[in-house]
Amino acid sequence: MSRGTTFWALSAAIMRGFLRDRAAVFFAVLFPLMFLVLFGAIFSDQDQSKVELIAVGDVALVDDLPAPAREAFDDTFEVTESDDLDAALEEVRKGDADVAVEQRGDTLVAHYTQTEQVKAAITQGTLRAFVDGSNVTASGQPPKYAFEAERVEDDSLSTIQFVTPGLLGWAVAMSAAFGAAATLQGWRQSKLLRRLQLSPVSTRTIVGARVAVTVAIALGQMAIFLGLGSGAFGLALTGSWWMAVPMLVVGTLCFMAIGLLAGAIAKTTEGAVNMANFFVLPMAFLSGSFFPLDAAPAWLRTVSDLLPLKHLNEGMLDVMVRGEGPSAALWPIAILAGFAVVVTLLAAKLFRWETT
Amino acid sequence: MPAIEVIDLVKTYGDLRAVDGVSLEVDEGEFVGVLGPNGAGKTTLLETIEGLRRPDAGTARVLGKDVWPRNPSLLPRIGVQLQASSFFERLTAREQIRTFAALYGASVETADEWLERVGLVDKADTRVEDLSGGQAQRLSIACALVHDPDVLFLDEPTAALDPQARRNLWDLLSGLNESGRTVVLTTHYMDEAEALCDRVAIMDHGRILEVGSPAALVRGLDAPARITVAPGAVGVDAARAMPGVDEAVESVDGVVLTTRTPAQVVARLAEQDRLDGVRVHTGTLEDVFLSLTGREYRA
Repeated sequence: MSRGTTFWALSAAIMRGFLRDRAAVFFAVLFPLMFLVLFGAIFSDQDQSKVELIAVGDVALVDDLPAPAREAFDDTFEVTESDDLDAALEEVRKGDADVAVEQRGDTLVAHYTQTEQVKAAITQGTLRAFVDGSNVTASGQPPKYAFEAERVEDDSLSTIQFVTPGLLGWAVAMSAAFGAAATLQGWRQSKLLRRLQLSPVSTRTIVGARVAVTVAIALGQMAIFLGLGSGAFGLALTGSWWMAVPMLVVGTLCFMAIGLLAGAIAKTTEGAVNMANFFVLPMAFLSGSFFPLDAAPAWLRTVSDLLPLKHLNEGMLDVMVRGEGPSAALWPIAILAGFAVVVTLLAAKLFRWETT
Repeated sequence: MPAIEVIDLVKTYGDLRAVDGVSLEVDEGEFVGVLGPNGAGKTTLLETIEGLRRPDAGTARVLGKDVWPRNPSLLPRIGVQLQASSFFERLTAREQIRTFAALYGASVETADEWLERVGLVDKADTRVEDLSGGQAQRLSIACALVHDPDVLFLDEPTAALDPQARRNLWDLLSGLNESGRTVVLTTHYMDEAEALCDRVAIMDHGRILEVGSPAALVRGLDAPARITVAPGAVGVDAARAMPGVDEAVESVDGVVLTTRTPAQVVARLAEQDRLDGVRVHTGTLEDVFLSLTGREYRA
């Protein structure tokens, strides 16, 4: 009998078991995808919405703006006309409009509420700038200084660029850890581990088949994430994104080890899955899978450096969307491999054949 | 060379001597049952002989080879059915047995043949989780046999089955040692051991108390036979006066005669035309267990 046949037979059996486990497939693929769609939709248009401005009566200062200035004005404000000041003020008070503007002689008066502080600040600053501009025009002197704004957004990370690698890292961590934990516990409970021990199959073949299936699932997750991300949400991968493949493989091993640890400690299959969740979910938050940690306090970022998922996420961000070279993946891969070895040894030490 | 050779085997868990100095020999082609109540140490004994557990003392050899440490050259020659249904999750019956066949290098055709032999062809596409207890046990046994092993170990194959399913399984089990295969099974059912096994090893508290064919064990018991005669067929005093009758008592079923010469007493009853409703009850394995341990058998 060849080792290849038994390896494939075992792999096929495990893969079938996974694909027929609706809950496992849901949590490995659909659940993280829901987050991707959610984040992709929520943050796809992060520009400030326009300030809603009610022009009461004749506001010559605005109406007489020269064409280029008027265009800039319309970029910031959504203008509606009104003749009733009281009604306009009431709308502002209720929050239906952001500002009501009237012109008293040569003075532009803006009525706003402090409820929306950002918009209030934008309104005041912008209106003052337009009044200043009109003053310069009225003086007949050409302006001495000029101002130009250039957006640099395209060089930094848009939301989809940031969330795709992080959510993919979380998805792979979750399915690798759950898969290993549930398999170890389930097979121990049903004595299938014992049964396999009494078959002429080597431990290496059994472990190899389980690892191969989990890695295949991880690569499937990656294909789905990148396909959907670039197809539907404008994800743009950079140069050495392919280095994410070996990184994901090593990351899978690392999280399988964590799952084995959970499976070794827990006494039931449900307990093992819960334990894996207990390890992975807080880690996902602390590793920047859902939101960047730039704003987190320093001590929290130090803690996150001790978590393997942080290094997987950072490494994938570097090569997939930040345009770093292949070598950026080497250090994260080394760290993940180190975690995998240490945690596997720990799990092996804690493993007991009997659950009681 | 015996198929199985166990010498002074000891397996302890903390203070519990689960297997306490067991010696046992099983010949090739024999069907041997290990009989005992729950907690007697049957499963530990079987799993130690299979090579799953490291013995604390003594040795176990199967087909002339030591079973501990794990001996990969021996494993293809033994088949095991563990107490739990050890299946791959969410596979159908056919996928299950084909997977086990692949682990042992047996062909797909052999796997399908075994599915047919255990009567599961119409359940071939049913997932193992949806099989009944009896069907799951038959599949489990088929998986243990798919590579045609020389020695087969079955750990309580009929436990948790209803009486009908147990009987069905007996039909399957009884022919398994034909063609020279050695079968060792554990059970806590007396009738099962009596119906299936060439020899029975009675086990209690980690020790084997007695080994022999069911008939020989009962014969060796030297227990009196009890003959029940229909009510009114014979009076208690008349019965006591009969030659060979040690004791006679009235019971709801009639008069119960205790004798060591049942043939003589039955002949006498026949002479007197008093055979109406006669039942002769000789010793059973339960009586053997009672005489060995001094307590009633409770599975």
